[in-house]
Amino acid sequence: MKNILDLAYNIIGLPRLIISIFLLVFLIAAAVVDLSIPMLTGSLLVRVGMNAVLVLALIPAIKAGTGLNLALPLGIMCGLVGAVVAIEYKLSGAASFAVALAIAVPLAIIVGYLYGLVLNRIKGQEMIVGTYVGFSVVSGMCIFWLLAPFKNPEMVWAYGGTGLRNTILLHSSFDKILNDFLGFKIGEIEIPTGLLLFFGLLCFMVWLFGKTRTGNAMHVAGSNPRFALSCGINIDKMRILGTVLSTILACIGILVYSQSYGFLQLYQGPLMMAFPAAAAILIGGASPKKAAISHVIIGTFLFQSLLVVAPPVINVLVEGSFSEVFRGIVSNGVILYALATKWEGGE
Amino acid sequence: MESTSLLKLDKICKSYYGNRVLKDVCLEIKKGEIHGLVGENGAGKSTLMNILFGMPVIQQTGGYEGDVVLEGNQVCFTCPSEAMDYGIGMVHQEFMLIPGFTVAENIKLNRERTKPNVISRLIGKKMETIDVQRNRHDARASLDRLGMSFDEMMPVGGLPVGYMQFIEVAREIDKENTKVVVFDEPTAVLTESEAEQFLDTARKLANDGLGVLFISHRLDEVVSLCDRITVLRDGEVVALLNRGEASIQRIAELMVGRQINRLADRKKTVQVNKPILEIRNLAVEMPGEKVKEFDLDLYEGEILGVGGLAGHGKIGIANGIMGMYPATGSLVKQGKSLPLGDTMLMLQENMAFVSEDRRGVGLLWDESIEHNIIIAAMQSQKKFLKRVTPLLTIEDRKKIHEHTLKMIKDLDIRCVGPQQLVKRLSGGNQQKICIARAITLSPDILFVSEPTRGIDIGAKRIVLDLLLQLNRDLGVTIVMTSSELAELRSVCDRIAIIYEGRLEGVLPPDAPDLDFGLMMAGEFEHKGADQV
Amino acid sequence: MIPEQKELKPNTNSPLIKIKRKLIEFAVPLLFLVLCIIGAYYARLQPSFLINEIIMRMARNPVLVLALIIPVLAGMGMNFAIVLGAMAGQIGLIIITHYEVTGITGVTVAALIAVPFAIVFGYLTGKLLNRAKGKEMITSMIFGFFAVYVWQLFFLVFVGSIIPMRNEKMILSTGVGVRNTVDLVGIRYALDDIIKIRDLPGITIPISTLIVVALFCILITFFMKTKLGQDIRAVGQNMEIAAISGINVDKIRITAIIISTVLAAWGQIIWLQNIGTLNTYGSHVQVGLFAVAALLIGGASVAKANIWQVLLGTFLFHTLFIISPTAGRNLLGDAQIGEFFRVFVAYGVIAVALVLHAWQKHSAAKNK
Repeated sequence: MKNILDLAYNIIGLPRLIISIFLLVFLIAAAVVDLSIPMLTGSLLVRVGMNAVLVLALIPAIKAGTGLNLALPLGIMCGLVGAVVAIEYKLSGAASFAVALAIAVPLAIIVGYLYGLVLNRIKGQEMIVGTYVGFSVVSGMCIFWLLAPFKNPEMVWAYGGTGLRNTILLHSSFDKILNDFLGFKIGEIEIPTGLLLFFGLLCFMVWLFGKTRTGNAMHVAGSNPRFALSCGINIDKMRILGTVLSTILACIGILVYSQSYGFLQLYQGPLMMAFPAAAAILIGGASPKKAAISHVIIGTFLFQSLLVVAPPVINVLVEGSFSEVFRGIVSNGVILYALATKWEGGE
Repeated sequence: MESTSLLKLDKICKSYYGNRVLKDVCLEIKKGEIHGLVGENGAGKSTLMNILFGMPVIQQTGGYEGDVVLEGNQVCFTCPSEAMDYGIGMVHQEFMLIPGFTVAENIKLNRERTKPNVISRLIGKKMETIDVQRNRHDARASLDRLGMSFDEMMPVGGLPVGYMQFIEVAREIDKENTKVVVFDEPTAVLTESEAEQFLDTARKLANDGLGVLFISHRLDEVVSLCDRITVLRDGEVVALLNRGEASIQRIAELMVGRQINRLADRKKTVQVNKPILEIRNLAVEMPGEKVKEFDLDLYEGEILGVGGLAGHGKIGIANGIMGMYPATGSLVKQGKSLPLGDTMLMLQENMAFVSEDRRGVGLLWDESIEHNIIIAAMQSQKKFLKRVTPLLTIEDRKKIHEHTLKMIKDLDIRCVGPQQLVKRLSGGNQQKICIARAITLSPDILFVSEPTRGIDIGAKRIVLDLLLQLNRDLGVTIVMTSSELAELRSVCDRIAIIYEGRLEGVLPPDAPDLDFGLMMAGEFEHKGADQV
Repeated sequence: MIPEQKELKPNTNSPLIKIKRKLIEFAVPLLFLVLCIIGAYYARLQPSFLINEIIMRMARNPVLVLALIIPVLAGMGMNFAIVLGAMAGQIGLIIITHYEVTGITGVTVAALIAVPFAIVFGYLTGKLLNRAKGKEMITSMIFGFFAVYVWQLFFLVFVGSIIPMRNEKMILSTGVGVRNTVDLVGIRYALDDIIKIRDLPGITIPISTLIVVALFCILITFFMKTKLGQDIRAVGQNMEIAAISGINVDKIRITAIIISTVLAAWGQIIWLQNIGTLNTYGSHVQVGLFAVAALLIGGASVAKANIWQVLLGTFLFHTLFIISPTAGRNLLGDAQIGEFFRVFVAYGVIAVALVLHAWQKHSAAKNK
């Protein structure tokens, strides 16, 4: 019996276990305080869909051996630039989303490549460097948002101020463009079909890439660089490729996130976005050295359901808004756990 | 010379995981004596030293049997600092010096002289001020005792490597109660004049009444320096020689000598006139296994053994050719010149490599058998791929599966199935996976390094048979590097011995023990050259 | 492993090489000096105002930066977790405000109350960092973030409900949670005012606080010359060798972090007695960021730091802080640009320093 428990524990892992128990407690509590389950489910589906691409963006980086890519804001910035340009030209609907992507992705390739070059010179310190590269790019872009010569009145401050607004409404461009695609209702639950399909498509592409010769090479370069060398694989090239793919997915991720959210968040908005994503994939059972698409799905689902269920329950018990505090404690706690654990395969 | 016994190791036995590495080893060091300890790699010297120094690895693997007696008292050290407190000094092969600290700071590390101050009186001894002048004075005194004149206030990082050894010795003799000093390969990194100076130092220490244990592969030094010499072989003491009885030849023979069982009863003659690979001026920058200037012709269809002591570069040769470490020189394969340093090219040219580092280089620890076997061939030779659409080529599951099953059958890999993770396999089966990975590349030359390291005896035999079979049935030319000379002599057609990064000579497997011993010690002189 | 033969360093006495080396050594501070001069020129601030601001900041900020030195020397990099130290200091301040202990007594009592908290926090941080050797900086940073949220949870939810605290000035009207701002009027300038020179127009010099800063500088210099200081340096240079020499590496590392945390607690108290209001959920958040940026601007690296770099860095960083909003407004017509710029500088300088350090370490490892 004890062996079975041990085995189960080893497979599930501590973070997933704790989060699941938490979730269970909150679900029971939700039932007790009579929260609307259909509404929670609907909002959960949306939140999983909108956050999952940013979590998926971590996969190529982990596979290529650069660990948790805390420099996600690099890709996020590219996505935001794409979106802002699309809005500036007053595009709407699917065209605005497509143009935003068309601008963002090439940018992300360039940025990812340059950042990949940096990462190859700082092997072993990717996480801390990534964090501060992300921070400085976000804060540097603050100056850009302020100075960039955008004219569309929907985006610039209405009265006298210069530069872009803190939040930009997307209702005239690509608000809910994916969520509403083929959307339908089961009872009271709204299904964001397009959003989930789009995420599914990206997952499939990432999976398919893993099956190619290059995908295999990247995986090997990440899991054992010396082995990769003995197979004739260029490790540095694979690390750059992983970084580029991660940055591309991050820029797609923020566009998916924004269309669902209905706003673009500029300035300091994206500063901390990498941490919940990292926490989600870790909760899903990934380690900084090993990750799979299943980890993305499970992790995002667990983490987001916790975030959907817990705050209303807590609010019944105490006043005030704790979703932010709650998210902060969970995500940083999970990352700390990952940092303080000795993962198999060593450093 | 006095003859009081200072340190006595009595009937020491030790096994690692059921593997007996030391058997009834006795060794005595007298006051003022320089005692030599020689043996091949794996003869048990390091284990013996680990016991003497109380390295944690000994306790973790179940301790040892027998007694360690220091000045008549039985002792058993559980950690290095305990051994230090009892007066066992060690001069490490890898320098244990902090580059950013001065010579004096290093000599006095964690034994600094301090003086009390106001705060230390309140809080405790840890707050006492470092007495720089007295530390400097102590360090100077130790250096003077060794006849070293360099400035004790220089940072160690900027000093030539030769000095480091002396700083380590100075640190040991600065400890007031040091009774026995152990030198592990002290002259390996020294120039000739430095080595000379170092040996004088050792004599001086012995004259001062310390016991010196001198471990070295340089047999000339051992013979000229030591009062007595203990020769270890396969974990046993095979001889204790007094000064005068010992000669380089005698020691070399004792170190190597053992029964050889030829596995291969080969009638086949290798075509000596048809080199498949010509290696010229090979130099490899592999840390700890540097190759300096290596020339050799490899003949088609042979099994060439590469032997030599650890650190002399035998491991570096295959690693350098296969591009695992930076290498220079020229390489001609079947008339075609190949640039060094391009692993991909070597694999495409049908050369394969089974690394000595099974866990680090040879295997993807956390992956399936299947993945481990096919990945190199997929990457370098584009095997196991299928085109789905003109733009998309992905792995061919079916081919991979079939090939893996064939390998499992052909090589008799004991596993649950192609999906089993290699970390769950035994050492012998893991080695078979490494070989399967190499065969999948359909090589005409196969480099195999340390094929039997860390696997049990039964599996060793199987792995060696497998190599013979590859050579016989598929005509693969094999270069086998091994620390176990007996193993090389049991399967190889010729054996090249490397000494200090250069080819010392090539011997037939049935050459006398003495020749092997001399070559490995770099004492073969001119004899080797004619036989190449 | 056989170490390779290393040549003696080339002759370094040529004056040109010496100047070049000094320039490289001081490249970062020099760059920021130039930035400050340009900024000051465009900011067109009253000289007396500028000088007064700089003096005030040179009194209230250096202790927080000093707190970073010892972990750096212990080889643990920048201790971003001094946030926890700042929290310990704030706990002291909240308690004395609650019991209305005022003046220099209040500051002293707060400093004393902070010590046990700081020791516990430091111990926890040290334990954690020992489990994450080689990844100390990212771990201390995330631990800092984590602590910020736990702090919010504690002071928003637990204070008033689990921990009884009734002081209308401090507790929210609901009776649960501490207000967003706590007025520290009781201890405002308590340390600064002990000895203050007001002889020059528009300039006040808090001599007493400056003396305290100087004392801490001397204390750290002295500390690094003790046996414990030597052990810390040895551990910082090479953990493995230190351990073989019989130094208890883990214990030394924890000690280094505890000292850092206690210093940060006191630093935060000194800072807040000058500011005069405690922003309950914000005052500590950026402490690590600004202190690390200041130290790096002073020319320190992740592996090397000294007192002078602390002072120089604090001076340069805070000068930049004072001038950048006005310089931004005068140059580009928007004060916000200046504010964004200084945040960008703080993050950017850390990013660049981390990249350079990791780069050096990487190429050193490669050359081995």
